[in-house]
Amino acid sequence: MILIENLYKKFGANQVFKGLSLRVPDGKVIALIGGSGSGKSVLLKHIAGLIRADRGRILLDGKDMNSINSRDLAALRSRIGFLFQGGALFDSMTVLENVAFPLHEKTKLSADRIEQRALEELDHVGLSGSEYKYPSQLSGGMVKRAALARALITDPEIMLFDEPTTGLDPVTGLSILRLIDSCRRRLSFTGIIVTHEIPRVFDFVDRVALIKDGVVYTEGGTEVFLTSEDPLIKAFLGTLSDEEDQGEQNPSKFDEVVKR
Amino acid sequence: MGIFLFRTAFLVFVPPLKIVRALKQLRFIGFQSILVILLTGAFTGMVLGFQGFYSLSRFGSEAFLGPMVGLALIKELGPVISALMVTGRAGSAVTAEIGIMRMTEQIDALELMGLNPFRYLMVPNFLAAMISLPLLSAVFDVVGIFGGYLVGGKLLGVGAGTYFGEMANYVAMSDVMEGIYKSLCFGIIIVWVCCFKGFYAGILTGFGAEGVSKATTQAVVMSSVLILVSDYFLTSVMF
Repeated sequence: MILIENLYKKFGANQVFKGLSLRVPDGKVIALIGGSGSGKSVLLKHIAGLIRADRGRILLDGKDMNSINSRDLAALRSRIGFLFQGGALFDSMTVLENVAFPLHEKTKLSADRIEQRALEELDHVGLSGSEYKYPSQLSGGMVKRAALARALITDPEIMLFDEPTTGLDPVTGLSILRLIDSCRRRLSFTGIIVTHEIPRVFDFVDRVALIKDGVVYTEGGTEVFLTSEDPLIKAFLGTLSDEEDQGEQNPSKFDEVVKR
Repeated sequence: MGIFLFRTAFLVFVPPLKIVRALKQLRFIGFQSILVILLTGAFTGMVLGFQGFYSLSRFGSEAFLGPMVGLALIKELGPVISALMVTGRAGSAVTAEIGIMRMTEQIDALELMGLNPFRYLMVPNFLAAMISLPLLSAVFDVVGIFGGYLVGGKLLGVGAGTYFGEMANYVAMSDVMEGIYKSLCFGIIIVWVCCFKGFYAGILTGFGAEGVSKATTQAVVMSSVLILVSDYFLTSVMF
């Protein structure tokens, strides 16, 4: 379970989190939505232990990421998978080497077994035939698939997805979401998906949380969002009628609504 | 920066060492720098041959051309110029590589796999530089000495026996060791500054291509200045 309690973080004069709390039960996947710059990706990096909070607690299976020692952190991280927005593939390695890398470094499996596992994982994400390409030779969708294969090869219990469909065309974006869903059914991980794919992502998650002004503005099942009369939520869903629209769906006034 | 160096140096002695990556960096920093070292060493020695002969001939001491060229190269020019060449050729590339890895979250990816980026990125470069610099400096010295002989001996008429014989008389083992100590210190400076600037490229110099560009420029300038400044203090201590 991921439990975030009363999280505060400030970068310079920018107070990103002002007492944010969130709970993700075991085996559940939550979509994290919010305006650009609201701190969604920063929250993922806090959960992964890449950034330390100023105040508050982030508990992963009872261990506080804010006060954990480096040895326990390394052990805990081996149970976390992270899909970076840009893939973060090692550009000097082939796709196969990238996917096999975590097993080479963290397990004592034989080289043949590791290669077999990597090829299986690449097959799962539909990248058979691209094993010996370098990241620079891949399309955006293929990079995400390869990065997903690398993140999943250690069978993580927690998966964090940072905008997995950003920069992809709608068809490829949907295929990535379906792929994440099929991987989730296979591995039963607990997950957080930071996304702007609203409401399309609702078909693939259990719950949704909206971040605004450094706190979780609303959190609940997808039906809560789909039936909400809150103008901000409706603005995110793009379902405001012309009569209700007081600038929420007008791009030039949208930021004002988010600030309100 | 001090903590950065300490963490890197500490991990050199804590296994596991990433041998394959260290060998790769040894090839990049050491082997692939040989051509530039051969060229600069040869021409530095040839210039020394000319200038030395011109200066010594005023006092009728042309016979001491060998010791003069040898001592200048072994104690000073070999370590310093080879370090400056490695900074420009390999140090800048190391900064750019690590800086791009930082910008594209590859270093974050390493950390998230539970792996220590210092062990993967800094330690192999550190080991490669510590091994490469003294050897490159030695190559520079040898080529430079022969370059000096080419001009002083073949062109200006100093005999081979005089040139090399006097050199053997006046160049002591302590002079050779001084050059080696300097090379080791310069190797530490290059890796320390270049890795540090790359590792903190986003924070120190801004993000994106411009950030990497600034980090690379700063790494080369700072390393070069530190090499020359530390050379003075090392010479003062070992004088």
